Amino acid sequence: MIDFALIWAGLIAFAVLAYIILDGFDLGIGIMFPLLKKKEDKETAMNTIAPIWDGNETWLVLGGGGLYAVFPLAYSVILPALYMPIILMLLGLVFRGVAFEFHWRARKSQHLWDKGFAIGSLVAALCQGIALGALVQGITVEGRAYAGGWWDWLTPFSLTTGVALVVGYVLLGSTWLNMKTTGNLQRLARNIAKLAGVATFGFIGLISLWMVFIEQQYLHRWFDAPNIYYLFVVPVLVFIVGVSLYICLKKERDTSPFLLSISLFLLSYIGLIISFFPNIVPPSISVWQAAAPDSSLKFLLVGAAFLIPIILAYTTYAYWVFRGKVKEGEAYH
Amino acid sequence: MEFLDPVLLARVQFAFTIAFHIVFPGLSIGLAAYLTVLEALWLKTHKTIYLTAFKYWLKIFSIIFGMGVVSGVVMSYQIGTNWSVFSDKTGPVLGPLMGYEVLSAFFLEAGFLGVMLFGMNKVGKKLHFFSTLMVSVGTLMSAFWILSVNSWMQTPAGYAYNEVGQFIAKDWFEVVFNPSFPYRFAHMVTAAFLSTAFLVGGVAAWHLLKERKEKVKNDAARLMFSMAMWMAAFVAPIQLFIGDMHGLNTLEHQPAKVAAMEGNYQTQKGAPLLLFGIPNDEEERVDYAIGIPKMASFILTHDFDGELVGLDQFAKEDRPNVKWVFYSFRVMVAIGMGMIAIGLFSLFLRWRGRLYDNRFIQKVAVCFAPAGIVATIAGWIVTEVGRQPYTVYGLLRTYDSHSPLDAPAVAASLAIFVVVYFLVFGTGIVYTLRLMRVRPGEKGDVAQEETKVSTPVTVSSRLPQDSNNSSEEDAR
Ligand code: HDD
Ligand code: HEM
Ligand code: HEM
Repeated sequence: MIDFALIWAGLIAFAVLAYIILDGFDLGIGIMFPLLKKKEDKETAMNTIAPIWDGNETWLVLGGGGLYAVFPLAYSVILPALYMPIILMLLGLVFRGVAFEFHWRARKSQHLWDKGFAIGSLVAALCQGIALGALVQGITVEGRAYAGGWWDWLTPFSLTTGVALVVGYVLLGSTWLNMKTTGNLQRLARNIAKLAGVATFGFIGLISLWMVFIEQQYLHRWFDAPNIYYLFVVPVLVFIVGVSLYICLKKERDTSPFLLSISLFLLSYIGLIISFFPNIVPPSISVWQAAAPDSSLKFLLVGAAFLIPIILAYTTYAYWVFRGKVKEGEAYH
Repeated sequence: MEFLDPVLLARVQFAFTIAFHIVFPGLSIGLAAYLTVLEALWLKTHKTIYLTAFKYWLKIFSIIFGMGVVSGVVMSYQIGTNWSVFSDKTGPVLGPLMGYEVLSAFFLEAGFLGVMLFGMNKVGKKLHFFSTLMVSVGTLMSAFWILSVNSWMQTPAGYAYNEVGQFIAKDWFEVVFNPSFPYRFAHMVTAAFLSTAFLVGGVAAWHLLKERKEKVKNDAARLMFSMAMWMAAFVAPIQLFIGDMHGLNTLEHQPAKVAAMEGNYQTQKGAPLLLFGIPNDEEERVDYAIGIPKMASFILTHDFDGELVGLDQFAKEDRPNVKWVFYSFRVMVAIGMGMIAIGLFSLFLRWRGRLYDNRFIQKVAVCFAPAGIVATIAGWIVTEVGRQPYTVYGLLRTYDSHSPLDAPAVAASLAIFVVVYFLVFGTGIVYTLRLMRVRPGEKGDVAQEETKVSTPVTVSSRLPQDSNNSSEEDAR
């Protein structure tokens, strides 16, 4: 039966996915920044995302704020458990966010802020991946509070998911650049995309297999009958999308590699949800246990139902205004 | 031992990060509104001077806004990392309000910000104006919701408890429009406008002082100075009035805070208004006090012999830190009075037709450029420190609100925050100052603009995306 907690779980999941994809490509561009050697290329790359990055990051605020509002227990358990990675992620985002302005204002220190842009993006992405891995591994809870240690989040598995997310973001970023630019920069982006695509594909396989050994629950979810009969569609789709991505990159397509990369993220995300459900803090807190009372869920849902479509409309409009290829020297500043 | 108290460290960390944060939104709220007004005037009159001023402050706005966003994202996660018990308990009541802030304000700002900053030659004039307006509306909505949240923590209303000890909402209207909210919202928004006005006025005055030396008339600087002084003349007195009402409201709901603001240790009739003094917690009195007899009673009870509750009515562990509240309050009010004085003086000069050549007011205005920001931070310290020792006033103590914290981890993150914030935001402020040093209208982009505006065919219609003549008209 559908209830308010489930609707909200769906909405939060949507916000997080929107964040991963949207900020994913612009963090990816930050991570790739050192690979773009020419100053003009850097500026063009930056200009492809300058008008939209703030909107992309707002999904992160919705994910966090939304969790506080509708799953306060999850918010108050997950954040202390992931204290260090979260704080480092925030600091990474600080460096990265200000670089969009500072790059144009700096004189001698421009290269330093460009490094800040790259390192900030890298740290933010890595920490998000680590946080995800730590969540997958499970969080120790006692009563209504986090009861684990300060370094619980740091494991080989979480480091692997960290690196995987960095690579995945580079894939999103490079296919975005491939779509938005021309000439040498586009060629470079395409080459990066090929490597990142192969690596992402490998990581998806590795992490999927590793996951089922971490938790019995994940193993049963995927391999017990009858689940296995229809869930095997997910890996098959991942395979198909991966191969098409490679072909499209080879054929030097503009838009489809980006869309296919998004699909790869979408499928992995669906896979994660299948593993997690119905928990919001694995292994012990379910969506219903964490949910705020119905009065809160309903109150915010009224606004969300009304405002989210409007948000999607003007966000689309903003992307539309800045559609098309960004050419070198088409400086906004 | 004391300095490794993790809760204290967490409080310092919160106070540090939010004190940085509030500077930027404060100016963003004011600048967004100012930019909206300038663009409207430009659209209406087609006078380039408005466009010049608009572009001048747009650059500054974009830096300040960017810093507001990144410092704000930190805030929204810090509540969970450091104050998890607070988050768990208040989430059902305060979370939805913050959720509304994200949905109705942050997305609106972010969505239209790109068009506002970079879209001048991509969309038509009207749509561009609409974007500016939406960003401005967004900043005000953001203030609305976050101040509702903060006010609820000061004067909780419309709530009940559930079986696991969380606050839940009984009546959302009472939650959102809790008793102190209208005052706090009005006072903060006015504070934002005043901070911006004095910043704009200070920068303009600096250029006017230079204008005398360089002997070139700077119309844009005059315009900015004049607009700022109108704000000072009319809005600063309004702020005094709002602040007074705010204080009366606080007296009703948080008498201990008011006692700390007034330095009133003993309950007394006919309490004096202390202009200065040194609060002495041991002896429970204010040393070296200089005050106006009976004035505090008069302001707060409208009766010279009215009785004011003193700190003696509260157990020691229920009192806020008097010194912080007492001094900060005086800083804020002194600045408020100074602003009113400047505003009145400007009216006098305007009447005598000497607004632009009186050097005294220009020098004072330069000194007052950061005054609004200082007053804003001081005001928040009064409010927040005065609320202690509670996070939810009277209901949830600060020492019962925190996460399972590990002192070294909090200390380390605090240290990193301090270093990073001073580095990043310090640099940002330097860049902002650099932009302010540029003379408004310099760089010849105005002349170029002028020809653009006077030829009827251009800008008014929506331009095709990469038409050549538009690409040289730099949006910024
Ligand atoms: C979400 C609501 C909220 C909002 C809008 C603010 N605060 Fe706050 N503040 C808190 C929520 C809070 C808190 C989470 O409740 C703290 C942390 C520890 C505490 O006791 O209250 C706090 C503490 C706190 C302290 C430390 C007080 C003490 O420990 O004695 C200071 C100085 C400030 N804040 C300053 C500010 C400023 C300058 C703000 C202006 C933007 C502000 N706060 C807005
Ligand atoms: C604990 C308190 C606060 C939290 C958690 C918080 C959170 C945030 C966040 C997450 C952002 C970035 C939004 C984006 O991505 O665009 C932001 C920006 C903003 N905040 Fe805060 N904020 C707090 C206090 C305040 C206060 C007290 C005000 C005003 C009265 C305020 C007004 C704004 C405004 C206007 C912005 C837009 C960006 C800017 O103007 O610089 N915030 N805040
Ligand atoms: C002119 C005389 C002023 C008076 C009598 C006054 C009064 C007050 C009072 C009583 C409070 C504490 C509210 C509480 O109980 O929590 C307060 C808070 C505050 N004040 Fe003022 N104020 C004045 C001027 C100013 C000015 C000029 C500014 C900034 C430009 C300012 C900014 C603030 C802010 C930001 C707060 C904290 C937010 C709030 O609680 O509203 N005030 N003020």
